[in-house]
Amino acid sequence: MGSLEQQENVFVNLLCSLRPSTLFNELLCAAQEEVKKSNHRISELKTTVYSGLAAAGWDRKLRNVIYHFLQAQSKLSKQSAFSTTGTDLIKEPISYIMKAQLAWEKKILKSLNSMCTELTIPLARARTEKDRKDMATRWTELGVDGPDLSQIRPVYAPKDFLDVVINLNNPNCVSSGNAGTFDLPWGLIHVSLKVKTLNELRIQYSDMAITHCQTGTDDLSDIPPELFENDRTKLGKKVLAANHAPITREFSKKGCPISMRAELWCQILGVELTKVDYLYYEQLKGYVLQHDLLVDSLLYKDVKLTATNDDQYFVFEDFLYQVLLPFSRDTVVLKHFAYNSATPPKSYIRGKLGMEDYAVTYPPNGVIPFHGFAMYVAPLCYLYNDIVQLYHVFRHMYMHYFFRLHSVSSHPQGIVALSLLFETLLQAEEPELFYHLKQVNCQPLKIAFKWLMRAFSGFLSSDQVLLLWDRILAFDSLEILPVLAVAIFSFRKTNLLKVQSMNTAEAVLADLFTLQVVPLLQLSLFSK
Amino acid sequence: MARIKFASDFDKSVLLNNFENRCWIQVGPEDDWNFYWAGVHNIRNVFSVESGFRLQDDQVINHFPNHVELTRKDLMVKNIKRYRKDLEKEGSPTAEKDELGRFVHLDFIPQTFMLPADYNLFVEEFRKNPNTTWIMKPCGKARGIGIFLVNKLSQLKKWSRDGKGNSFTPPTAKETYVISKYIDNPLLIGGKKFDLRLYVLVTSFRPLKCYMYRLGFCRFCTVKYNASLNELDNMFVHLTNVSIQKQGEDYNAIHGGKWTTQNLRLFLESTRGKEVSDKLFDEINWQTVHSLKAVAGVVSNDRHCFECYGYDIIIDDNLKPWLIEVNASPSLSATTSSDRIMKYRLISDVINIVIPPGELPDVRWSKIPDKENYGHFDLLYDEELANLDLNNPDLRAKTGTMSSAMRGNPRDIRKGSQATWK
Repeated sequence: MGSLEQQENVFVNLLCSLRPSTLFNELLCAAQEEVKKSNHRISELKTTVYSGLAAAGWDRKLRNVIYHFLQAQSKLSKQSAFSTTGTDLIKEPISYIMKAQLAWEKKILKSLNSMCTELTIPLARARTEKDRKDMATRWTELGVDGPDLSQIRPVYAPKDFLDVVINLNNPNCVSSGNAGTFDLPWGLIHVSLKVKTLNELRIQYSDMAITHCQTGTDDLSDIPPELFENDRTKLGKKVLAANHAPITREFSKKGCPISMRAELWCQILGVELTKVDYLYYEQLKGYVLQHDLLVDSLLYKDVKLTATNDDQYFVFEDFLYQVLLPFSRDTVVLKHFAYNSATPPKSYIRGKLGMEDYAVTYPPNGVIPFHGFAMYVAPLCYLYNDIVQLYHVFRHMYMHYFFRLHSVSSHPQGIVALSLLFETLLQAEEPELFYHLKQVNCQPLKIAFKWLMRAFSGFLSSDQVLLLWDRILAFDSLEILPVLAVAIFSFRKTNLLKVQSMNTAEAVLADLFTLQVVPLLQLSLFSK
Repeated sequence: MARIKFASDFDKSVLLNNFENRCWIQVGPEDDWNFYWAGVHNIRNVFSVESGFRLQDDQVINHFPNHVELTRKDLMVKNIKRYRKDLEKEGSPTAEKDELGRFVHLDFIPQTFMLPADYNLFVEEFRKNPNTTWIMKPCGKARGIGIFLVNKLSQLKKWSRDGKGNSFTPPTAKETYVISKYIDNPLLIGGKKFDLRLYVLVTSFRPLKCYMYRLGFCRFCTVKYNASLNELDNMFVHLTNVSIQKQGEDYNAIHGGKWTTQNLRLFLESTRGKEVSDKLFDEINWQTVHSLKAVAGVVSNDRHCFECYGYDIIIDDNLKPWLIEVNASPSLSATTSSDRIMKYRLISDVINIVIPPGELPDVRWSKIPDKENYGHFDLLYDEELANLDLNNPDLRAKTGTMSSAMRGNPRDIRKGSQATWK
């Protein structure tokens, strides 16, 4: 009976969240319009209004909203299966992992504060009128004369975060002392979490099987379009017209055709911009102009260190500032902390340290960027020429997926589980290779971690990153990242078996720009 | 087989590494070379009557004697104008004009006048549209030297006063300028202006045989594009030449402001759709072929010659490509490591098309290389093969009046017949 009760609960929640939405109002207005239409018989009023609304496409809109609502709900409820009470348990049910995350947050905050002290700059300060005007006029070319960044260092890099993940240890687990088994594995992750086996992944990713044609491989220019591309394009147009998120997801499992990707992703994520969204962005921009935050310098520095020097993304430098700076001011992002093991950092108004009434979230969105953060945005710049759309797609991507790649959590999509999945898969599929690398002191995760943490952005060529992210969105899972990492190790196996040091191993895996991700994924998932 | 002897006027590593990797032997330009990568200045000596030089059957060289017909700004414009007029006289459908009198298919260079020769024509045009900006370029110079923008007639008058020391001598190439309508609505990416550098290989003008290189690139301005007039003096905004941009503060040595055409295509297809991006690249191919046809009659088609041109193209925000100029010796210095790799491949692919692998150069050869030897080149047009196709009525029906002669590659043929290739 519990499940029925749960269903009822979900239903009540859904109605509660729908009632104040704009869609609800719009629906009401549309229904009234429909009623006003003449020649309705009173006895059939209900059915004619329903069919009228459906004919005008309202049922599809409603269905999409319900779909996205249920998606969001599942994020909140998956982990609460452990227990029925307590937000902390939704955030992270395992206490030693939660502790590690808290300690990590403390460390980040400390280094942020010490940077402030060293450089004698405040975390935030109001801009002068002149600064404000100057920044407003330069808004679309912020890259030209940025602030002085010579003193600014990224707060942390993937390497620092890897140390945290490696040092996680279950205090309840007593090692049996047998190397290679679950409690003393070859790899670096010593947390026992359940991760999928290759067979389970095969079932999950069955749409990518070699027997299915894939966009990005089977529609290349040297293949006659009659074989696949023509039908795929035709189907894609139908899917776009239907505009129903579950269908779009299903279609995208075989990859998005380049010219349809931007719209398909919006449908999957439920990004449909209204005037309000544009106003909202303008408001965020206003906040950026009002205050100068230390985080701005960190974001600036990150763009300068990554995208500006990247021959695929440098042209989008200015777009990145226009997305990242408003993002740091966006309090909607705080919502995701309900299901993120991380907690937004608090800062206190000067002189009121520790007094909760004077606490503010810092930065306003609660996210402190790390070295490489800008690369979550960079590939999206290929898809959206409109800043506001780019902004919203990025925010959705972040709140759905990317936050998991830099918080310590036991969630099956979290970076710890992904790292573990990488290690167990590699150990199972390429034991010889894993053993060799371990013997010469090149733990594979030490190389692969940065790929996972950045979702491969900046490591693959731009078109390939987008094909990879197609699968993240379509299968609604980050597990494709460790699968690809394993595939890359397998693919370069011959050379990796010859390496004797970390440097040479890194050299073998330094250039991934020639790789085609889809055939690689197929090879590693389905060829054995 | 005897090893190939090469001579080179450049000690650029992308050239020399290629020759060395093929185990060729270096000789001087005066010796019996088989393959000479010459500078444009030396090409006149090689072909001049006084030099008494006669090229042998096993000698090839990287320039046509009078390539200037294509690569000097004024001559290119003159030849294209004449070509269009000739086609119009013939009543060719490619010379169709719209109701405003512009060529529908052949309007691919910005409106241009020769100065001082066409000064009066220019003034007439300027008065019609006084609010347009024009760009002045000296005919005989490259790499952005001597270029300036004009939006008032007075600026031009000042220039002509300063320039005319002696009005009795006719102007030489160095003193001749072309003035072209400035493309003031360029396509911007990330808010930045760019132009395209594409490489085109010609192995023969009669019959025309030409190839387009797939690894061209976009060159970006480091400074934000701003159409306002007070920026007219900031040449960084307007010129994308690397040699100019390199002097700018924001020049980045890692990517050098260069972005691959694959990235451009990914961006355009994602944000504007497949059809318009396909059309853009079709149009670029189309105008390249016609720019070459325009000079095919005047270039002396020496069998010993081939040439690799650098095409500079600007795309406007309606995704229309404009041919700006053609360079006879595109820079072979590498600015970044990927640039070095690309240019090394370019030279390697050029050699494989010009000389059948494993053989000595032979000018009696048909100049129809195997498709495997194209490397990163695509065959743009082979007049000889096109004529063969035309004699075959089935093919003629398929490809229309102008066959693109792209053999074996179904996608290219499809592309050719679909859009502008009518």
